[in-house]
Amino acid sequence: MDRFTTLSAPAAPLALDNVDTDQIIPARFMKRSRAEGYGPVLLHDLRFDEAGAPRPDFVLNTPRHAGAKVLVGGRNFGSGSSREAAVYALWDYGIRCVIAPSFGDIFASNAVKNGLLPARVSEEDAATLLAWLDSANDTQLQVDLEACTITAGGQTIPFSIDPVRRTQLLNGWDDIDLTRERAAAIASFRTARAQAEPWAIAPPAA
Amino acid sequence: MAETKPRTLFDKVWDAHVVEQLPDGTCVLYIDRHLVHEVTSPQAFEGLRLAGRKVRRPDATIAVADHNIPTMGRANGIQEEDSRIQVETLERNVAEFGVPYFPILSAQQGIVHIIGPEQGISLPGMTIVCGDSHTSTHGAMGSLAFGIGTSEVEHVLATQTLLQKPAKNMLVKVEGTLGAGCTAKDIVLAIIGKIGTAGGTGHVIEFAGSAIRALDMAGRMTVCNMSIEAGARAGMIAPDQTTFDYVRGKPYAPKGEALDRAIAWWSTLPADPGAHYDTVVELDAAAIAPMVTWGTNPEAVVPVTATVPNPADEQDEAKRAQLARMVEYMGLTPGQKITDLKIDVVFIGSCTNGRIEDVRAAAAVAKGRKVATGVRAMIVPGSGIVKQQAEEEGLDKILIEAGFEWREPGCSMCLGMNPDKLTPGQRCASTSNRNFEGRQGPGGRTHLVSPAMAAAAAVSGHLADVRELA
Repeated sequence: MDRFTTLSAPAAPLALDNVDTDQIIPARFMKRSRAEGYGPVLLHDLRFDEAGAPRPDFVLNTPRHAGAKVLVGGRNFGSGSSREAAVYALWDYGIRCVIAPSFGDIFASNAVKNGLLPARVSEEDAATLLAWLDSANDTQLQVDLEACTITAGGQTIPFSIDPVRRTQLLNGWDDIDLTRERAAAIASFRTARAQAEPWAIAPPAA
Repeated sequence: MAETKPRTLFDKVWDAHVVEQLPDGTCVLYIDRHLVHEVTSPQAFEGLRLAGRKVRRPDATIAVADHNIPTMGRANGIQEEDSRIQVETLERNVAEFGVPYFPILSAQQGIVHIIGPEQGISLPGMTIVCGDSHTSTHGAMGSLAFGIGTSEVEHVLATQTLLQKPAKNMLVKVEGTLGAGCTAKDIVLAIIGKIGTAGGTGHVIEFAGSAIRALDMAGRMTVCNMSIEAGARAGMIAPDQTTFDYVRGKPYAPKGEALDRAIAWWSTLPADPGAHYDTVVELDAAAIAPMVTWGTNPEAVVPVTATVPNPADEQDEAKRAQLARMVEYMGLTPGQKITDLKIDVVFIGSCTNGRIEDVRAAAAVAKGRKVATGVRAMIVPGSGIVKQQAEEEGLDKILIEAGFEWREPGCSMCLGMNPDKLTPGQRCASTSNRNFEGRQGPGGRTHLVSPAMAAAAAVSGHLADVRELA
């Protein structure tokens, strides 16, 4: 997994609450293989009309915000379905950080496992960032995961992230390697559990 | 080893599965059951293959294809190429990694969250995961069950554990007696209306109170199923006699003396008196009416007797814009009566409402009536077993006679990954769980309701109060 330390990149505003993972990637596109890339279907039905033409007023279709690597969103970003494809779509498009007042739990977990930073800011700071992005000439902002700060337009605001997830992103660790080091403890736990609750460990053949 | 602090149901199940707590507070959590389906597993199996890893506990894993399989003419194979490839990939993966699998033409096949409890694979006190957010359904058994992403699917396949931090405890108490025509679906929609789509974020919700205790297992599963729509990764209901009676005789459940031992253990799981909940919410069951969502998230819900809200009444500017967007997407007029909304499609099924009890509720309304002209009504049983049972009871005949399509089990129009989709602008009364923009097909308009209310809409041609059809 890629490490995340700092990022200086252009940002785009997506001023909607409850942008669920069905909107981030509609289910019908989840039959693609990852090799095809999920970037073209990111936010598909918001980005494109029924005929597949770009909606000119959608933020990522405007020349000002095409190529954004940071998305500033509203409340409850990434709610709904557990589909990790939502993170693949953001990542493959080029997004490396989403800033929002709150996130769907599963989305935030999936994001970190792919090296994408879900940065939680206060409602006020999110509103400030969205307003700034609407008017700024230069949409470049700086994200510092070590310091947990975002600097935009000369102003620095704090963000929060679960400390464990922060460490994971900073180090680019692979969870599975970490857990496999504990294989012996897991095996002895399972043996003890097989004594206490055998039905939970070894289902009888139906 | 003095465990004196009173614990909640969640605390007890959690504690029983912690292999090890790491210095940063993360726990290595043992997973008892892992359910796998075709859409969120391909990259996980590929990851194992690339790393040269095996599935750690194939016997704790069960796979089934449900999301993108057709619900008609399945015996002729899957016509859509990308769907067929995904199902074939699952079949190749389960064969290569030795994972048990219910083939798509077997009676055991069905929606992953229907078949877990139905087969006795999901039991009280377990940790259960699946790469699907509606895994919360299994919490109705008194288990800790939650949805995970594909990276976590791979982690569980490789290690039979997950790295997790404990959630906060939320108690949702629903006391009193439901009125006629009201169901578990109406309870959970009312709860989401009250606490909002992010009200449960970071929490595990325990549903309790006399109205929850009075629900059968199907109803409890409907309630826990939609925990995620309130932002909670898991919902749980304490196991009781209703739970034990349900488990008895299920194919994979313990039997005889083992079942007695299991029940003795499961009986210790309900929360201790004085256990702490971080958040408590209370609802009066008698005040709940049949509910209908009008907007594009499940929090946008009103009683069927209400009218479409007027965004202009909202003080907060951002919220007002959001409401206006929903009104526009849904093709509504503020102040319009909910029961005046004409319906094009009715979908009865899904992991929320695809159980035999749901088919019975729909058939009870449909009996002796006809689907209104111009309405397409489809009913998709949640599993092969549900379908068989319904056919033994003659429910299929009642529904077909009324003009419903009687289909083969799968996720179907809940998320439109197979040919069952809404076309742009179509309005649907649906028993599923998400009314998101485009969820049932691009441009589709979804109103979430109970099975009885969906059937009432089908025979009325518009959203209707099922209590007036009695």
